[in-house]
Order: sequence, then C-alpha cells, then structure tokens
Amino acid sequence: MRLVVRAAEALGAERLIPITGAHVDSCLYHGEATIDFADRLVDGGAQVAVPTTLNVGALDLLHPELWRGDPRTAERGRLLMERYRSLGCRPTYTCAPYQLPFARPSLGDQVAWAESNAIVFCNSVLGARTERYGDFTDIACAIAGRVPDAGLHRTDARRAVLLLRLASDVPDRLRASDALYPVLGIVLGRRAGSRVAVIDGLAPGLSDERLKAIGAAAASSGAVAMFHAIGSTPEAPTLEAALQGADPEETVTIDLAELRAARDELSTADGGPGTPIGTVSLGTPHASLVELQGIEVELGGARPAPGVELLVSTGRQILAGAEEVGLAQRLRALGVELLVDTCSYIAPVLRPSPLPAMTDSGKWAFYAPGNIGREVVFGSTRECIRSAIEGRVWRDAEPWGAA
Amino acid sequence: MRGRLLADGHAEARALVLSAPLSLWGGMDPATGLLVDARHPQRGAQLTGRVLVMTAVRGSSSASSVLAEAARAGRAPAAILLGEVDLILAVGAAVADELYGIRIPVIQLAPGDLAAIPDGSLVRVVGAEVAIL
Repeated sequence: MRLVVRAAEALGAERLIPITGAHVDSCLYHGEATIDFADRLVDGGAQVAVPTTLNVGALDLLHPELWRGDPRTAERGRLLMERYRSLGCRPTYTCAPYQLPFARPSLGDQVAWAESNAIVFCNSVLGARTERYGDFTDIACAIAGRVPDAGLHRTDARRAVLLLRLASDVPDRLRASDALYPVLGIVLGRRAGSRVAVIDGLAPGLSDERLKAIGAAAASSGAVAMFHAIGSTPEAPTLEAALQGADPEETVTIDLAELRAARDELSTADGGPGTPIGTVSLGTPHASLVELQGIEVELGGARPAPGVELLVSTGRQILAGAEEVGLAQRLRALGVELLVDTCSYIAPVLRPSPLPAMTDSGKWAFYAPGNIGREVVFGSTRECIRSAIEGRVWRDAEPWGAA
Repeated sequence: MRGRLLADGHAEARALVLSAPLSLWGGMDPATGLLVDARHPQRGAQLTGRVLVMTAVRGSSSASSVLAEAARAGRAPAAILLGEVDLILAVGAAVADELYGIRIPVIQLAPGDLAAIPDGSLVRVVGAEVAIL
C-alpha cells in the first residue's frame, strides 16, 4: 500500500479507486533485486485482492529443455515465477493476456496492467482503463486492489491530442497488408512520445492482431499507453469522439516515405533480398490462435530451409487451444518451434548463429539487438515465412511498391 | 532550479544528457551500468554515478526492476532528471530505497530548466532543488 500511495503522490492523485483486475510484469527475473522484492511480499503474507494474470517470465516452464543459458539464472527465473504464483496470481505467463477470455476487461473497467504492449491494448482496443504501470507497482496495486485516480483512469486524459493522418500516397494495397501495422506503430511511437494520438485513414474494423502490432511497436519506439484508430477502437467511433470535441494540439501527416524509412531502420543488418538468415522469430507479442493458423497457411506444407530455425512465441493457453485442434502438432511436424511463458528476446533459446535473425515484430526488432546480441532483419509475416523456407531474405514488392 | 519530486535523495555528479529517449530495460545493463541499446546514439556510455538528463522516456514497464537491480549491484545512476512524470522510474527508485536504503533522486523539471543543463556539467540535487555548480 505504501508503494501505491507513493505512486499516487507522484501522479498527483487525490484519491485511490478500486480495480477489477491486474496484469503483473514483475515475475520476469532481472537480477536478485526482483527476488528480494517478491520475498518481502511473500514473507509479509500478501495475497492479490483482484483476479491477476502474470506476464512472461524468464523461461519456458513447459519446455525447459529449450533453455541454452546459465542454469543458475534459469533456476532464479523459475523461482521468481513461482513466487508470484504463490501471491495468488494466475500462472498465465503471457504478454498478451487480452487473448484470454477470462482476462479481457470490458469498456470502462478500471484495472492495473503492466507490460507496455498490454497497457496499450487494454486502453486502446478494450477501452478498459490503466495507467502505464511497471514492475513493483503492478503487484502493489493488485494486492491493494486500488490505483491512484489519475492519468488514463480519467476520461479527460484519454482524449487524443495528436492527430496522425495517413497521406494519400500510402497505397490501398499497403493499408490492406499486415506489413503496414508494426511500421505504423514505430512511427506513432516516435511522433507521439507519451501523448495519446488518433490515427485517421485506416480501414474501420481492424483486427485485434493488427491493433496489437501497432501498439506493441508504438510502446517500443515511444512511451505510448493509448491510441485511437477511427472506426476500430471503442473510444473513437468518430474523429470528434477521439478528440472529445476539442481541437488536436498537433496534426501530422504520415507519408509513404516516412513509413519506408521507419521500415528500413528496423533492420540492423542488410535486409536486401538474398541475404542469408539463421533464424526467424515470430509471435512478439505472443501469437494468437488466428496468427498460428496464418503461419500454417503461409507455410503451405513447406518446412524451413536446413539450418534455419523458425520459432514462434505464444501463450500456454493459446498453445493448449492449438494442441486441441491439432494445429500445434502440424506446425511442429513442419519444424516450427513453439515457445511459451517467455519470449525469444528475453530467454536464451535461439540456436546460436552468426547470421541475422528475421522478425515481423517492430518490438522484437527494437529490443533483440541489445538484449541477445543478434542482428535483425525486419519484414512482414509473409516475408519472414517465405524467407525461412528459402533460407535467405525474400521480399514481397506488392504492398510497398518498387522502393 | 526547482522541480517536482518523484523520488527523494541527494546527489552531486556529472550530468549525462541523453540525446534520444532511453528505456532502461533493454537499454541499460544493470550489472555494468553501460548503455546497451543498439539504436541509441550514446551506446556504450557509462550511466553509473551520473546525473541522467532525460527529456523523454520510452518503452518498457520493466525499467523499475532494472533501476532497482542496478542499485543493488552498485551500478545505478546518481540521479535522474526528467522532462515528464515517469511513474516507472519513480517506483524503481522507491524500491531501491525500501530494499537497500539506496536513494536515487528522481525529479521532473520544466523543459526550459532541463535544456539548460550542459552535458558533463557538475550538478547538485537536493530533494526537488537542482543546481548547476
């Protein structure tokens, strides 16, 4: 409770309000400080006061054989994941709790969520309300069952102040392609910083998967905790609604050149066609069932080239669903590795390779070079899967045009 | 200069003015104090013992843990001066204090005040008061 009050003071809140749920990121091991903190809570007899899901941990508890790092770190990571379970949290170990029906709050619900991509999704796509909580605060709010009445918990802070318009030179075929969304997210994060933005010019009714890709990338390149997409997110049926009737503080037009530049900057290695790759990593944030089905369709029965690792991160509940319908077995039979409870840029799971890794995730491309020391080539999901099959970068000129 | 106190403490150290936003998670190795974000223009800079001047923050909600772990390992920055309120860093500092008694002051300053701090200058932080020496 002391931490929640300190948070309230930092945010300038006058009171605390009750929450209906929490999503906790503190279960990922970052060193002994994270265990010292959890021990303090466990020793004090703390239990969460509201239904609480857990974010990814340091390792895949269901497939521990995938761990390639120091065994002691794995042990400490496992211990921390167990500690949070013993505080009464549900062992979901996923960065995409919004894919779980029991963990999907409704429009207007007050919650305390951590994990930057989950925070954006919660606010933007579900219309549930969370501030940008981080490690320690997330579990403190879950135990207290309360949050400071501040920031995005309040209607006025959810107003878009930045208007991003897609320029007319962004072709319809790009707007219709999955390739656009993570790149648009990177641009959104850079342009918005921590401000709430509204995007005008996208087709209405965007899928959860496309909105997830925008939000995860925007929370990597910026500190975005909420965005509106007109006709897709619940607080933006119209531009006026997203702006809450006021004028935007700034209006920016995003053209094709800016999107192409952002796309190219996501690669740290030469991303040209024919570049040999050692790894393809998909599923950041964790793949949904729809995305797993899409991967099978795109593979079309083909296997990754010899020596190329194709790894997909997902949640253990999504994996269970995929196993029930035989999808997981079919993917594994084609040589696809399925990782749960963690992510391939957190845990040492990728096969060592001097060649770059390819990903369709703006977030993975952003963090993997610093975290696991791999050079990255960014591409659309289709480009990633075709490249895995060919063992070298394959480019799809269709959505982006010639350049 | 007087700012808004997000975490209490005092420090006297050289300023490191970050030229681009940084997430401590994925951006700082808490065991060495080095800036490891591959895309950051100041990659390789030593953050330990410096007064970090951050106009904008970005990214991960794990930055609280990284800050607390850096404190435990004796590799924390001396102070953090921000252009906007950041709960995640404020809480990392609060936990470092609770667990280890290590205080890392975190202060939000007005943009003009923040911009007036030259890189490498000696800065003293006492509570919400910030002075260039």
